[in-house]
Amino acid sequence: MSTGSLTILVIDENRIRASIIEAGLRDAGHRHVTVIHDVAGIARRIAEIEPDVIVIDLENPNRDMLENMFQLSRAVKRPIAMFVDRSDQASIEAAVDAGVSAYVVDGLKKERIKPILDMAISRFNAFSRMARELEEARSELENRKVIDRAKGILMKSRGLSEEAAYTLLRKTAMNQNRKIAEIAQSLVTAAGLLGPLEGE
Amino acid sequence: MSMAHEITAGFMPLFDSAVLVVAGEMGFAAREGIELKLQRETSWANIRDRIAIGHFDVAHMLGPMPLACSLGLTPLASETIVPFSLGLGGNCITVSNAVWDGMAAQGAAPDLDPGRAGAALGALIRERAGAGREPLRFAVVHPHSGHNYELRYWLAACGIDPDRDIEIVIVPPPFMADALAAGRIDGYCVGEPWNSAAVAAGTGRIVTVKALLWRNSPEKVIGARKVWAEENPEALAALLRALHHAARWCQDAANRGELAAMMAKPAFLGQPEAIQMPALTGRLQLGGGVERRVEDFFLPFDKAANFPWKSHALWFYTQMVRWGQLPHTPQNLAIARDCYRPDLYRSALKPLGVALPGANAKVEGALKVATPVGSAGASLVLGPDGFFDGQIFDPDRIDAYIAGQKRA
Repeated sequence: MSTGSLTILVIDENRIRASIIEAGLRDAGHRHVTVIHDVAGIARRIAEIEPDVIVIDLENPNRDMLENMFQLSRAVKRPIAMFVDRSDQASIEAAVDAGVSAYVVDGLKKERIKPILDMAISRFNAFSRMARELEEARSELENRKVIDRAKGILMKSRGLSEEAAYTLLRKTAMNQNRKIAEIAQSLVTAAGLLGPLEGE
Repeated sequence: MSMAHEITAGFMPLFDSAVLVVAGEMGFAAREGIELKLQRETSWANIRDRIAIGHFDVAHMLGPMPLACSLGLTPLASETIVPFSLGLGGNCITVSNAVWDGMAAQGAAPDLDPGRAGAALGALIRERAGAGREPLRFAVVHPHSGHNYELRYWLAACGIDPDRDIEIVIVPPPFMADALAAGRIDGYCVGEPWNSAAVAAGTGRIVTVKALLWRNSPEKVIGARKVWAEENPEALAALLRALHHAARWCQDAANRGELAAMMAKPAFLGQPEAIQMPALTGRLQLGGGVERRVEDFFLPFDKAANFPWKSHALWFYTQMVRWGQLPHTPQNLAIARDCYRPDLYRSALKPLGVALPGANAKVEGALKVATPVGSAGASLVLGPDGFFDGQIFDPDRIDAYIAGQKRA
């Protein structure tokens, strides 16, 4: 049997991450991949799809419900046991670190499943990295805004040039062993408290 | 200053994680030389997995969960021990308004009486079955939970077969009230504040409470990875002392406001202070404007609430057997008995000179009234600890108890 014949279900409320995993599985030759974002009515969907492998994100608060459903096999046609094998501690840790868990139909060979879990782990990690970078870019942008406002306050209140205002912020930050953005934020907050220095 | 011990503890955003949260937030852990790192989780499965792979040293757990882990009932389970209990009671059984109306028509009254409510529910279920309607669907938080076992115990004692006459599903606690309002479930058993939440929303009625089904009965515990506990006995003992002081603080009525404000923070329970008050005061709004005060509704400290009784573990074990989760064998029984560790609790607290129970197990249901026990000078009051149907659980006669259990 080719790898493409396995039916894989991805349950993830995060649509972007789910589509990243789906794309990865398709690139690896898996043609039967279904993605579910919402667990409402999931017992029926699972019975219809009859997945061989189920991938779930660890943030999903419905994990206890899903696990119980797999164990009970009343709604699901075939009993499903957790994929990760106890002997493979490194794999288990990598999966939990990445924030993903996987379940598989009993009896499927480990060699057939391992690439799927590895794929899910690497895509989850890639997603976290991307989310982190986005967050950094966002806070970078906000830092720049607050530094601009602080410069404006200094230029107005102390009659400094833009360059001199920035130099003053940087020197203060260095002396206090803090970030320029923190000094700028303190200045903006203080100015707000002390009166209508800015924005008049 | 760096601390002597660093302990990572997982918890779920439930009111009964309070003792663990307070140990960290109020400095009780730091006073014992512990840097306590609290990590909020989203499912019991995550707690289990992170304990198993060593991300957490200890965690807030459902009382039967360490048993299930040690008995290998769940995937990725590892040996987990219970050196401390996080409290007694705290759960309720809530039904939809429609089910309540049906129960009231069958003689239920808003008085929380488990026998009366159960008889009315049974009559309603038979009436519905006669009319060819779908079985009612109740939710619990986990198959290996006090909630699942006490709901089933109540139903079975009232002549309702929990597997045949109704359906039991799993729903995460914060989603219970919404699922009830949306009609996806007809009732549930969960800890506070998720019962009062449905009452406040006008979508549910509290019909009975854990404290009346089995008075002063076990609920959440501290589960510790056995390997970690064995390798770090001093850290564990220090943690148990910190938890002891935290539990005493939580029990003190003078601290209620501060406790509710602390738990209201998004990092912990993240629910408004007002909705936490029923758990703290035992004064419950049942719905329809009826208020009832429940004695010993939730005890974080009093009545030896933190002592990990082996009889509590063994009762959970009998229910696992009763509902087909595992066979009763001498090996399984031994694992269950060894899971709860009153010896560790006692040795950690001994230096504090506080009153400690002398026995490791008790006959559950034997104490009809609150009873002073323990050594001279130190005061300790236990019980009452009765089951609502008058049954007695004697852990020394466990075979007979298991043999006598009916499914309905």
